[in-house]
Amino acid sequence: MSNIILIGANHKTAPVEIREKLSFSGDETLAALEHLKQDTQIREGLVFSTCNRLEILYIPETGDQIEAMIQFIADHKGIAVSEFRSSLYILEGDEAIRHMFCVAASLDSMMVGEPQILGQVKQAYKTAVKVGASGVLLNRMMHKSFSVAKRVRKETGIGDNAVSISYAAIELANKIFSDLSAKSVMLLGAGEMAELAVEHLMTHNVKNIVVANRTFENALALARKFKGSAVQYEEREAALVDVDIIISSTGATDYVLTRDQVKRAMKKRNHNTIFFIDIAVPRDIDPRINKISNAYVYDIDDLKNIVETNISQREQETIKAGRFVEEALVSFKKWLEGLSVVPTIKAINDKMTSIVDMEFDKTLTSLRHLPPEDVEALRRMTRAIASRAIHDPILFLRNTGEHRDDSLYLNVARQLFNLDISDSK
Amino acid sequence: MNVADILLQCSAMVYFVSMAGYLCYLFHQKDRIQQVSFGLAALAVAIHLTSVILAGINIKGMPIHNLVQSLSMAALAVGGMFLYVQYRFNLKILGLFATGLVSILMLAVLTIPDTPVAPDKILKGVWFFSHIILIFTGEAALGLAAGAGILYLIQEQGIKGKTQGFFFKRLPSLDFLDMVSYTCITTGFALLTFGLVTGFIYAKTVWGSFWGWDLKEVFSVGAWLVYAALLHLRLYSGWRGRKSAVMSIVGFCIIIFTFLGVNLILGGHHQAFTQ
Repeated sequence: MSNIILIGANHKTAPVEIREKLSFSGDETLAALEHLKQDTQIREGLVFSTCNRLEILYIPETGDQIEAMIQFIADHKGIAVSEFRSSLYILEGDEAIRHMFCVAASLDSMMVGEPQILGQVKQAYKTAVKVGASGVLLNRMMHKSFSVAKRVRKETGIGDNAVSISYAAIELANKIFSDLSAKSVMLLGAGEMAELAVEHLMTHNVKNIVVANRTFENALALARKFKGSAVQYEEREAALVDVDIIISSTGATDYVLTRDQVKRAMKKRNHNTIFFIDIAVPRDIDPRINKISNAYVYDIDDLKNIVETNISQREQETIKAGRFVEEALVSFKKWLEGLSVVPTIKAINDKMTSIVDMEFDKTLTSLRHLPPEDVEALRRMTRAIASRAIHDPILFLRNTGEHRDDSLYLNVARQLFNLDISDSK
Repeated sequence: MNVADILLQCSAMVYFVSMAGYLCYLFHQKDRIQQVSFGLAALAVAIHLTSVILAGINIKGMPIHNLVQSLSMAALAVGGMFLYVQYRFNLKILGLFATGLVSILMLAVLTIPDTPVAPDKILKGVWFFSHIILIFTGEAALGLAAGAGILYLIQEQGIKGKTQGFFFKRLPSLDFLDMVSYTCITTGFALLTFGLVTGFIYAKTVWGSFWGWDLKEVFSVGAWLVYAALLHLRLYSGWRGRKSAVMSIVGFCIIIFTFLGVNLILGGHHQAFTQ
């Protein structure tokens, strides 16, 4: 049986400096796949690389080819083996398959459940198919990994919960406002935290960003970065009239926005909904503002609480997802084991025999007058026809030739005779 | 038992199943369940409409002579209005409120004995016809506004109180709920206004005066004033969100009282419909 081997490094095993060096760009991936395709020692190969991980999946022709593959990575990326050897994990057989399924289902991600990874895996698969580096086994395995990922997404709540502060804040904003792209954001304070939060919001395409900061130059710099505008720190109350989300992270010791200020602003904005996200410690936004109608205030502790509840919920869902992965692994292995000569021939034989027997019995019901010995002779004849009909295909499967890929022909045979019905999903 | 009655019972059953479907959807959040439930609701409304039309043909007039027929008409109006609102806004979870409300009405229709009333000559004519249609559809729209208002209050409670409970994921955003409620109120208010006007004209043609100090008239105008105040406050004093949601629920309670309470408790010339 073919051995599936996976060599990789991810955020758990390699620090970011190593991951950066190991990461394959689109062109590098293409070149690597081309190389794997040419390599006579490698039957099938696939390269998957994102900023957080590198996974090289392959099936060797002989031996395990692990050292050769590590050398190949080193040559390809131009770094010394000693530099990254300890950051790698090397998995074989079940372990490799399980790992790949977990990666596709986003169970191995830095942010478990984040949805982008499946798309990236699919892209890597498409590239490998296009180059022709992957074959029957890896293709089947990747398809299986997509279906596990879909099942995990659909039947567990793993992608549902926001487990980072900025995600939790955005989720809240989405439950307050119906369309974030029509909303304006104001940053109070130009610190790093604020920048991070806005970067997340930017991916949701907010309409407009306003920055207010004690040092006006810093406000200007940040505003330029996000293609927004800057206002004077003292203008912040007036600015409340036109913005809908306020992210505050100043180092001030007092509240920078008081209840009275917001009350006045609410009247001017005709009581349209406003959402304050206060990530500063000590707090910037008077918590009593939350009592004003159509104003919502969440401070860093509130957001942390949400995140913690979500994380504990997620852990339970992860157990469920793990079960799906195991089920998929069992079903893939069953297919893999069937993909050898003897079980395939037996399955074809069984199928033909059952077909002729069924048809024969059907006809026999209207031929009651035949003596028993004639019935026997007829049955022998129908079975002989069946085994004659599949004789040549079976002979071909037994001896597919020296340099041909057994699994390819076995897979075709299994599909021609539709032998994998139970696994068709 | 005639065809109209059989169809009426069929539609009630389909409404019940649709409500059960929406209840399932609340817990499982599978789009397929919602689609089937919505399809069933549409089917129920179609059957119900056929039944009401057949009943109307039988008595050569509008089947709105007693309490059972009025309730059935109200259920039909809510069902029809829900189909429209769902089609326009795709606020799926509102289906639970709408089918629930319709189911309660239909349960009353099925259990209250249908005492035949001799067709009244005065309950005819274009003014009567439009009065009934406008009032019922208008009140149905206001009912859905109250439904959206309830959803708003639930979601608002969770966000204000910082407790993301069962409903947080299952309900859409506050802005959206407010917008649906507001649209339903403006639609319902317009229909109600025309309904009252046609009612006055009808009263003039039958009783000779526009206004008869009938208690139902008084309460209807009361409800109309509540909604007028709501819209005014929203436009000029920013009464949106929570306040608007509470008002829409209060307004609908007055409507329910006007619809049932006035007749059952106080009496008046609308009496006949609820005997």
